[in-house]
Amino acid sequence: MKLITAVVKPHRLDEIKEALQAFGVHGLTVTEASGYGRQRGHTEVYRGAEYTVDLVPKIRIEVLVEDDDAEQLIDVVVKAARTGKIGDGKVWSVPVETAVRVRTGERGPDAL
Amino acid sequence: MAPAITLAADAPTLSAANTGFMLICSALVMLMTPGLAFFYGGMVRVKSTLNMLMMSFISLGIVTVLWVLYGFSMAFGTDSGGIVGWNSDWVGLSDIGLTELWDGYTIPVFVFLVFQLMFAVLTPALISGALADRVKFTAWALFIALWATVVYFPVAHWVWGAGGWAFELGVIDFAGGTAVHINAGAAALGVILVIGKRVGFKKDPMRPHSLPLVMLGAGLLWFGWFGFNAGSWLGNDDGVGALMFVNTQVATGAAVLGWLAYEKIRHGAFTTLGAASGAVSGLVAITPAGGAVSPLGAIAVGLIAGVLCAMAVGLKYRFGYDDSLDVVGVHLVGGILGSLLIGLFASGKGQSEVQGLFYGGGLDQFWKQCAGVFGVLAYSLVVSAVLAFLLDKTIGMRVSEDDEVAGIDQAQHAETAYDFSGAGGGAARTAVTAPVAPAESKKVDA
Repeated sequence: MKLITAVVKPHRLDEIKEALQAFGVHGLTVTEASGYGRQRGHTEVYRGAEYTVDLVPKIRIEVLVEDDDAEQLIDVVVKAARTGKIGDGKVWSVPVETAVRVRTGERGPDAL
Repeated sequence: MAPAITLAADAPTLSAANTGFMLICSALVMLMTPGLAFFYGGMVRVKSTLNMLMMSFISLGIVTVLWVLYGFSMAFGTDSGGIVGWNSDWVGLSDIGLTELWDGYTIPVFVFLVFQLMFAVLTPALISGALADRVKFTAWALFIALWATVVYFPVAHWVWGAGGWAFELGVIDFAGGTAVHINAGAAALGVILVIGKRVGFKKDPMRPHSLPLVMLGAGLLWFGWFGFNAGSWLGNDDGVGALMFVNTQVATGAAVLGWLAYEKIRHGAFTTLGAASGAVSGLVAITPAGGAVSPLGAIAVGLIAGVLCAMAVGLKYRFGYDDSLDVVGVHLVGGILGSLLIGLFASGKGQSEVQGLFYGGGLDQFWKQCAGVFGVLAYSLVVSAVLAFLLDKTIGMRVSEDDEVAGIDQAQHAETAYDFSGAGGGAARTAVTAPVAPAESKKVDA
């Protein structure tokens, strides 16, 4: 199994969810995140005092998949997340040793 | 404050219309203090929101009681030397008839005193914005009580009390440019010069945590200010109160535009905080002037105040004093502008026939305004600094540095403003323990 993690622009979430559903993914986890890559932050002004805000809001999407599906699923996520502008984010995968469905105790790919 | 009505040969009689109007105005002015609390509360960081709200709110308790006990008597009693008043019948409001009229007016003394009470409550609360994040609540409560006693009550007498030196000199202050705004702004400057800066001033980011709260507060202030300004004529028999109402709206609108235009040119954006601040700067500036200027004059006063206050809020970074929420930049500067501009823009067609420089009246009124401005400014600045110094040397004005960094809300009020934990009602993130109910309340009786 592989864990696919995508840190992307928040407003792409719906597109990505739809693309994943169409691909046949049954579940995912979304968390709010903040960070920066090459995009860096932005400037805000309050009564003339300028603040540089370094961390940009992002969402972090995590999906567990079987090994064979991993590369194709990464492509699906990247396609759905892309706007072509700086700050679109990153997608990566890491190997996963085991997974358990809490309700039934099923293990491995059956738990997905 | 209106001069006594002298046109009618007969003594004034009680007017139900003016009495009702003034009671509503009193309630409007009361609303300004919670409005101010929101205006300031949104501008601080999350960890000191409640303290900021409470610094205003406590004034509704303390000053209300002091006003009844002796404040009204000191401010509006029989004059001594132009400095302070006293009337033993008014101590504790003990001997005032229900239909006894305020001398020369058509409203009862009770109505006049409750209207003025709301001003006395608001003025110390205005100071609190400069002291954000760092003042012990007990020290602040004591400061308010002392400051109202030795600064506000006498200064209100100077400006509005029969026999007060500024009143007799002919200084025009319709609704409190000197007594309220210059007074509070100068006090703020005096106190912060004694107690010093917030930890991390000019280094740590100190962004406002909720601009919607700031906007809500500015809106409530604007609304309440109609009572503050139009009510200060104490009735509506000659239309001057209505002129004041119109000018309040006109100057404030113009000040919003002035602040936003300056900001767009200087910093590149029209900000929400700029619009809210511009509104308050316009309200402050028209407060002394609105009965003396024409509506076009009010536009000039508003625009000038909006632009110059927007410039003035940057001074604290240059000179290094931590006027946290710009009480000096908005109230002191705005109050000075409004008071002095009367000397230039007084049309002679409002509350009196006094004309300013631009209406052919010369500089006579301008010099009188200068005397009022600098008299109040100097007295309030010095006495407030002395009060803060004495409190600092005895009980200490500031919370510990650790408490200030961790957040004054928890340290001083044992509360937090917001519960940020979402999932599971907050159980997972904050591990809040359920309140322990008293044993008897657990019994379920049919």
